[in-house]
Amino acid sequence: MDTFLALTVTGLVTGCLYALTASGLVVTYTTSGIFNFAHGAIGMLAAFSYWELTASQGMPGLPALLLTVLVISPLVGAVIERLLVRRLGTASLEVTLTVTVGLLLLLIGIANTIWDPATPHRVQAFFLGDEVTVAGVVLTAHQLVIVATATAVAISLWAFLHWSRTGVALRAVVDDRELAALTGASPTRVGQLGWALGAGLAGLAGVLLASQVSLDATTMTLLVVNGYAAAVLGRLTNLPLTFVGGLLLGLCQAWAVGYLTLDFISQIQPVIPMLFLFVALVLSPQARLRVAQTAPLRAPSVPGARRTLLATGSFLVVAALAAVAMPLSRMGDATHGMAVALILLSLVPLVGYGGMVSLSQLTFAGIGAVALAKVGGGPEGLLAAIAVPAAVGLLVALPTMRLRGLHLALATLAFGYAMDDAFFSNATVMTDSLGLPVPRPLGLDDPRGYFFLVCGAFAVCAFGVLALRRSTLGRRLVALGDSPAGCSTLGMRVRRTKLGVFAMSAGMAGLGGALLGGQQGAVGSADFGLLLSLTLLLLAVVWGVRTVSGVLIAALLLEAAPLLQDHISGVGSVVPLLVGLGAIGLGKHQNGIVGSVVAATRRRRAVPNLPQPRTEPPIREEVLTSAQS
Amino acid sequence: MLRVEDIGVRFGGVHALKGVSLTCPAGQVTGLIGPNGAGKTTLFNIVTGIQRPDAGSVHLDDRDITRDSTEQRARAGLARTFQRLEVFGSLTVRENVQLAAELHRGLRRRGRSPVELADDLLARVGLTAVADHQAGVLPTGSARLLELARALAISPTTLLLDEPGSGLDEAESHQLGDLLRSLAAEGTAVLLVEHDVQLVMRICAHIYVLDFGQLLCEGSPAEVQADVGVQQAYLGAESVAS
Ligand SMILES: Nc1ncnc2c1ncn2[C@@H]1O[C@H](COP(=O)(O)OP(=O)(O)OP(=O)(O)O)[C@@H](O)[C@H]1O
Ligand SMILES: [Mg+2]
Repeated sequence: MDTFLALTVTGLVTGCLYALTASGLVVTYTTSGIFNFAHGAIGMLAAFSYWELTASQGMPGLPALLLTVLVISPLVGAVIERLLVRRLGTASLEVTLTVTVGLLLLLIGIANTIWDPATPHRVQAFFLGDEVTVAGVVLTAHQLVIVATATAVAISLWAFLHWSRTGVALRAVVDDRELAALTGASPTRVGQLGWALGAGLAGLAGVLLASQVSLDATTMTLLVVNGYAAAVLGRLTNLPLTFVGGLLLGLCQAWAVGYLTLDFISQIQPVIPMLFLFVALVLSPQARLRVAQTAPLRAPSVPGARRTLLATGSFLVVAALAAVAMPLSRMGDATHGMAVALILLSLVPLVGYGGMVSLSQLTFAGIGAVALAKVGGGPEGLLAAIAVPAAVGLLVALPTMRLRGLHLALATLAFGYAMDDAFFSNATVMTDSLGLPVPRPLGLDDPRGYFFLVCGAFAVCAFGVLALRRSTLGRRLVALGDSPAGCSTLGMRVRRTKLGVFAMSAGMAGLGGALLGGQQGAVGSADFGLLLSLTLLLLAVVWGVRTVSGVLIAALLLEAAPLLQDHISGVGSVVPLLVGLGAIGLGKHQNGIVGSVVAATRRRRAVPNLPQPRTEPPIREEVLTSAQS
Repeated sequence: MLRVEDIGVRFGGVHALKGVSLTCPAGQVTGLIGPNGAGKTTLFNIVTGIQRPDAGSVHLDDRDITRDSTEQRARAGLARTFQRLEVFGSLTVRENVQLAAELHRGLRRRGRSPVELADDLLARVGLTAVADHQAGVLPTGSARLLELARALAISPTTLLLDEPGSGLDEAESHQLGDLLRSLAAEGTAVLLVEHDVQLVMRICAHIYVLDFGQLLCEGSPAEVQADVGVQQAYLGAESVAS
């Protein structure tokens, strides 16, 4: 009984933290319509600011807390809203997602640059050493502070939203942006307020969490991701439900830690928030089929069969020349880059054509590498490296195919995060700490031969992807990305189409991962981490995930980044910074760099009398004017 | 032929539709009119299975399809266009129609090729000139015609059109009327939602008037025009506004 009480109390304390972050997320989402993946990073930034103020500048705890939570964090939120969010308008999910994930990486990059990750940063808990005993359970004063703060925040948020004028305007915008605009509330102002408030809440959670864990930019950011589950339980819009979700999540986690001592279960214990998120998503009711028409983009033109053949041929010739002429010392990097290109290519049909954003593509790549390692380097190993990830992809996709857009992306995030913890860090899978040895497929030990094999695999897959785009399946995919409602009213079996492309894309990523593993000789948990997955997705979208050339450039650039790093000293990690900045630039060039360049050259060869872009009259206005007349 | 019986649906506490029954026989254009927010689009969503009704049933060619999925209904011969456009903006105009034809044809290899069919249908709605343009940049009127061509590509027996005439000029709208009449003459059941009263009166054999989610009256164009309630609820407001 005592254990139960103790576990329950710990669970409630953690739950309060989840509830705090999740409610901030809900506030930004409802007021601006944009799911802020960088929410955790804002909390992380607040935690570091708090460290800077207290440990480094010697400010006492309480004023530092107030300064961080009431001034710095809201300011960060408001600035982000002003510079980034407002520009996004009605951008597609793939763009808003990329921009906020880019922001996440950028903030991590900034934090790592200012606060050297090599030196430990410690934050003192509030009232260190003070303890209270309640019903036989010992509570630290800090835990009490967390519970008291969460309760106070819950009550004041509720009061603010229901009693103050601004709060009521905020709720009106949540209910209906256009309608609220007509009644005088400015959605822009409310959006800015929402972001400031949300960032403040993220900051509060970050500071309270800071003393409980070692302060590390990545860990802190990802810890806050756990709160997503609570927000999803609150359907991203309902604050009371979100609070309940947070507490529930904390409790589940604490009880699981306490009672599930079986070896296997204790290993998956850190995954519980992600399981929670996954289940909450799968069970969440979906809005009925309704696509918000996004601003019409000029889609990149589809190369014909002859051009594809020509391009593939020339690529292979160049690859052969490179295989012969390149110095051996560069061979490894080049091979690595081509394997990454293959993984990125797997995003083209899924994200680029179908508009289904997957945040866990590297997970499938990792599964492919592990499959190759376990089955062996022969042809059957390569087959397994494709088939096993494809099958896993199918399994993940089955319960989530009902989900659309953001929910699907979050489900893949949960999957990738969980696999990170439970699979790639698992001793039974990864045999030893140095990683799992992966054989060179087909026994190609010669680095030049192996490079050409990887290039060949890329060429074949790229040819396949372009052929797919020209086929009826490709048209289906693109149509599905544009208008699911249009597809199903034409009799398309939407689920089947989605499952098929998900499995295919996972298989392709798996092949890429296996080839990557073969090049490295061994794979470890760091190779397929979630952050790297996000980075790759961003790179692909920034350079143009709708085009094969876009992802090829993206991969080669990623490979070149370490060279760049050598020339810029003092910057912690150049890749997140660059990728983050690039993703943020995407707000302007939403087709990616390659897409924009292609569009620019096509504009010069102007099409005669192209009709004007269509403008849809806002439907709500019609309703209102007719009601007034 | 389409028949809906006693359809009811609520959003929150508000009845968007209540006890709506109507029949849309083959071989004629049936009109469905009513002021903004009357529930016309909601009824289309229920008929096509995008939304579930709280009460009532939907029958297509005397088969109960109330529990069928949207896809199944399309395969049973039901097609529609959307008031808020749902064209496939990243595909070309031709590809939009071609895809619909491919979906209808499935794996069968007989009959006309989807591309040929697409070109015929585009000629029929007058979009041949823009066949190779990206559909997302079409102006509203043309995009509506594209949705019509796309719907026709699955050879529907029943066709639901949600304000196909908005965004068209007078001449284009007249042509649209002729096209719809000839479709009906070929045996299709057409259900037309349209704010252009002249168009509706000209081509519809039978008209239903919906107001606040309930049927106000029904009858021939002349009967509907003579109805006092309709004039007050709809036609009156329209003439005041214009
Ligand atoms: N998803 C929804 N949730 C809540 N209310 C809705 C929803 N969809 C429609 N409504 C409401 O139901 C009523 C009927 O809407 P509907 O779009 O069917 O009208 P309509 O007759 O098509 O109007 P219009 O002529 O403007 O197209 C309106 O009051 C609308 O606000
Ligand atoms: Mg309507």
